[in-house]
Amino acid sequence: MALRGLGRRISIGKRCFSSASEVEKRPRDGKQINLFSAINQALHIALETDSRAYVFGEDVGFGGVFRCTTGLADRFGRNRVFNTPLCEQGIAGFAIGLAAMGNRAIAEIQFADYIYPAFDQIVNEAAKFRYRSGNQFNCGGLTIRSPYGAVGHGGHYHSQSPEAFFCHVPGLKWLYRLAVEEVPERDYMLPLSQAEVIRQGSDITLVGWGAQLSVLERACDEAAKDGISCELIDLRTLIPWDKETVEASVRKTGRLLVSHEAPVTGGFGAEISASIAERCFLRLEAPVARICGLDTPFPLVYEPFYMPTKNKVLDAIKATVNY
Amino acid sequence: MSIRHQTKANKEGQGEKPHLDFFLFLPHLLDLFSLLHSTMGLWSVRSRLAHHLGQKMAYLGALQRRSWPLVSFLQLWNPRPSELVGGLSSNPINRCSDRRFASIKAETSAAAMDDRCRYQVMDFPGGKVMFIPEMRFLAESPGERISCYRVLDDDGQTISGSSFQEVSKEIALKMYSDMVTLQIMDTIFYEAQRQGRISFYLTSIGEEAINVASAAALTINDIVFPQYREPGVLLWRGFTLQEFANQCFGNKSDYGKGRQMPIHYGSNRLNYFTVSSPIATQIPHAVGAAYSLKMDKKHACAVTYFGDGGTSEGDFHAALNFAAVMEVPIIFFCRNNGWAISTPTTEQFRSDGAVIRGQAYGLRSIRVDGNDALAVYSAVHAAREMAIRESRPILVEALTYRVGHHSTSDDSTKYRPVDEIEHWRTARDPVSRYRKWIERNGWLCDDAESELRSNVRKELLHAIQVAEKMEKPPLAELFTDVYDQVPSNLHEQERLLRETIKQHNGDYPPEVPV
Repeated sequence: MALRGLGRRISIGKRCFSSASEVEKRPRDGKQINLFSAINQALHIALETDSRAYVFGEDVGFGGVFRCTTGLADRFGRNRVFNTPLCEQGIAGFAIGLAAMGNRAIAEIQFADYIYPAFDQIVNEAAKFRYRSGNQFNCGGLTIRSPYGAVGHGGHYHSQSPEAFFCHVPGLKWLYRLAVEEVPERDYMLPLSQAEVIRQGSDITLVGWGAQLSVLERACDEAAKDGISCELIDLRTLIPWDKETVEASVRKTGRLLVSHEAPVTGGFGAEISASIAERCFLRLEAPVARICGLDTPFPLVYEPFYMPTKNKVLDAIKATVNY
Repeated sequence: MSIRHQTKANKEGQGEKPHLDFFLFLPHLLDLFSLLHSTMGLWSVRSRLAHHLGQKMAYLGALQRRSWPLVSFLQLWNPRPSELVGGLSSNPINRCSDRRFASIKAETSAAAMDDRCRYQVMDFPGGKVMFIPEMRFLAESPGERISCYRVLDDDGQTISGSSFQEVSKEIALKMYSDMVTLQIMDTIFYEAQRQGRISFYLTSIGEEAINVASAAALTINDIVFPQYREPGVLLWRGFTLQEFANQCFGNKSDYGKGRQMPIHYGSNRLNYFTVSSPIATQIPHAVGAAYSLKMDKKHACAVTYFGDGGTSEGDFHAALNFAAVMEVPIIFFCRNNGWAISTPTTEQFRSDGAVIRGQAYGLRSIRVDGNDALAVYSAVHAAREMAIRESRPILVEALTYRVGHHSTSDDSTKYRPVDEIEHWRTARDPVSRYRKWIERNGWLCDDAESELRSNVRKELLHAIQVAEKMEKPPLAELFTDVYDQVPSNLHEQERLLRETIKQHNGDYPPEVPV
């Protein structure tokens, strides 16, 4: 089971969150590791370099249900890495208060499916904290981490992708990382709000994030066999999202396909589609394609039918190219 | 009833045939295994063993019915008083050895063992729990309401025998002055809204003692997370009338940059977090802040205020639970003023107010007369000390009455009797009650009183004039502070907006400089 994760920073604090001296475009000295290992390493570094960093959430103490927090409590103590009671609104509210005092609060929501009790705190409080106070206060040091997405047997409540709800909220940042990637073992910084073109192409632009990228990559590989050259973009941050990179790519290819697991209606693909249609209308050779989840609760036995699979994407690539 | 049964069994010194000794001691031998493991898992293993043995030996059916305590070997011989059941001084071993020396049939001995062991104590996650064979439901209410701490009677006279925190003349007079200022501020701003000069206002009439006396018992280093009816706390800390007016008018000197409705004050300088409209959302913030204070080893606490209505929100329960588990220095201050807009407390909860809930979450709590400035002062003073010294949360429920309407958008005569409001405005006014106490101390005379009121009025009217004339913050501030830097989508939107403004200038208020 490939582990997927998303980290969400509420806003970039002025405080440097890394000892790395500059932001890197794409670090070259990486080795391939799992996402949960990368998260674990990152948390180790965060707690090591910042004595006012805290990691907390349900079951993080023993290592967490996805092992993202293994070893942290032993190394840094139960004052800095600790379990919270079973209460997402409490986790979020507590985290906001902790961050508002200038700490680096790293809260975990056990599954993205359970983030909704924290919705009020995130949307009405965290997102507006700086703005409403006239920048007297902020919770920029707050990060909420949560695993999302399909796992093969998760059903309604261990499979969701709730990004659309939150991308509608000014003041939040919503980020993704790849499931398996080459990452350096040292401390390094990546720019937020910058998409990355992970594969160059000329016939069609594919946009995705997180786990869906591996599906899109395989679709690209197969499309290449049919002579279709796909450009693949990892959006990485959904709000604010990097319109410029996507627009530049679509100006080159003239075609766009967006793919995500979340249901298609009102999904984030709709935002990308509308924005690109606005910006690139005359350049587009075909309508923007969206290959997404169905408009149903996430089903169990029907998961293979529900999912935006490689073949669905491939069919859409061909249909778009042949429009 | 339960004690009687136990004592009776003991006194009669019932015993059994000697050969039962081995079987009586078998569970204790099995208890030795519990020394090596201390988990519930093994307890269930052990009871399975006992059960298995019980099946084998019919007259040990008593073993099956009885619940043996999971005590360590040492405890068998040296029981601590807290572990003993029903306050008896004998340990299980002694009770069983009593039985050795009498001759009784197995059946009745089993019944006697039953009696003696009916109040055994057992380990569960969270600690030892005593068993009782009677089915008893805990009553929905304790019968008597939790008493309310007060120092001054309705006439401003200290109640004889009352204990309270002494207050210097200087502090006492500042408290009075700020309570009067708050009253006048409320009256004048309310009128200003009625005249259409500000868009909204809400008063704290009737809660002046809560506002000012609680603030007086804190220090500037204590972090405040208000709901919205606590401007007196800001006032005490030094927020000026001009600063209040600037926020209400949303002018360019408003620290909030004109983004929120009036009364949504905030001051990082005075450690008073910006007010937000949603109810009770600030309560868990305060817990996080208190945790920060504890980790940074500050000699300070967090304080959060909320109303009776706020105690129904999930955030309240989440916060109290978190605070207890994390052992943070925080004061939860509930202003129980009887009303949540039009909803009286009878429609808000069925518990005895808010104070009774503290214990449910493991919090030390107190109920105080919210219209008694000295009582509020003393309670908060004590609560603060406990919170910081013991790093624990404290719940303070102050009983009071919301004399004013919920806000300028409300007419409370629609849902409550006018004479009830008037009674609380006059006979139960916390300010005059406190004034009587100060006067009795010889600290205040009529001249000083009227001079104070007249000065505050003048200063406030001037502040309002200044605030009203001042221009609003510039348009650019619409787009800043969403993030720490303005992102490209907002630069784009600002550009488009400015074009639109150029085209349709008349659509836009001239007070906002473009």
